[in-house]
Amino acid sequence: MIYLDLLIGFLEVGLFSFGGAYAAIPLIRDVVISHGWMDDEMLSYMIAVSESTPGPIMVNLATYVGSNKGGLLGALIATTAVVLPAFFIILIVMVVVKNLLKNPYVQAAMDGLKPCVMGVILATGVYMIFGNCYVKTVGSVDITAVLMTLAFGAIYFGSRKVLKKGLSPIGLICLAALTGVAVYGI
Amino acid sequence: MPIIIELFLTFAKIGLFTFGGGYAMLSIIENICVEKKNWITHDEMMNITVIAESTPGPVAINCATFVGYKKGKLLGAIFATVGVALPSFIIIFAISMFLEGFLEITWIAHAFLGIKIAVGILILDAAIKMIKKMQKKPLQIGILLVSFAVIMLVNVLKLHVSSIMIMLLAAVVSVAFFLLNKGKRKEGQA
Repeated sequence: MIYLDLLIGFLEVGLFSFGGAYAAIPLIRDVVISHGWMDDEMLSYMIAVSESTPGPIMVNLATYVGSNKGGLLGALIATTAVVLPAFFIILIVMVVVKNLLKNPYVQAAMDGLKPCVMGVILATGVYMIFGNCYVKTVGSVDITAVLMTLAFGAIYFGSRKVLKKGLSPIGLICLAALTGVAVYGI
Repeated sequence: MPIIIELFLTFAKIGLFTFGGGYAMLSIIENICVEKKNWITHDEMMNITVIAESTPGPVAINCATFVGYKKGKLLGAIFATVGVALPSFIIIFAISMFLEGFLEITWIAHAFLGIKIAVGILILDAAIKMIKKMQKKPLQIGILLVSFAVIMLVNVLKLHVSSIMIMLLAAVVSVAFFLLNKGKRKEGQA
């Protein structure tokens, strides 16, 4: 049942996304791809929309997937599910076991979890970039996409060396949108 | 104004006006909850930042629950948390109604083909930023590399292995090493 799938899927996302929104992306990707709800392309679009609209990115993604698959009720279930673990864990840390995070076993587990999360995000990013640069239907490399990836990468990472804060994610998304219109429109 | 209503409205405002996700919200939350409203102290804010980093879930939700509970117990926690999530919910729900139709417009589809490439770079950047900050002990580096390799394989070969399984495994390995080291240290002392 779709509502149950949304509930379980996003409870898992809420419970295992250590390290903020980008840690949640591989988990959300697992959920939407294993159920066949979305492909990498649509997920990329939604990540961009979530970056460019206000509020927590994870909540934005949960609301979108929920709404897309189960309407208003689906959106409510997915959003509540992604928020609930964080809510209860903070209450537990504040009220029940105040020293939970200082417990050496919890710390040892976290010491393993964190680098693993980083590896998972890195692999997801690298795989999505490869996916962008490869046309499955034709089975060949998409030169335009490769050039755009290199150009955006150079601009985004290079801008930090020139400007104090560098280009913001929203700035990069706007630049990419304009470039897309220019490159693919002509 | 009752405190729970004030919590709700304040966090709804934070949810409505902060772009760029949780970490961008932290400075706004600090500005409003520490400097303007005196709801929590600067030290508590630092504390919640650390807690938010080591607990799962959206960072903004962690903060809202913390501040809400501090000022209004359970009801305060609920109102602050709902407040910070509600604007996102309404905005994205509205967008979800017309996004797919929107994508059928040619120039918007072209724009998203560019955007898709930017998103790959944003994810890569998020990973690089985290890796730069991590403690670089041999076990940590090993876990990082193995997880990276496993997820790449899972993706390329389209295997059905969830990231969560790999994360749990990493936690178990790390705890095992911790126990092993503890055992060795005891032996050394004896």
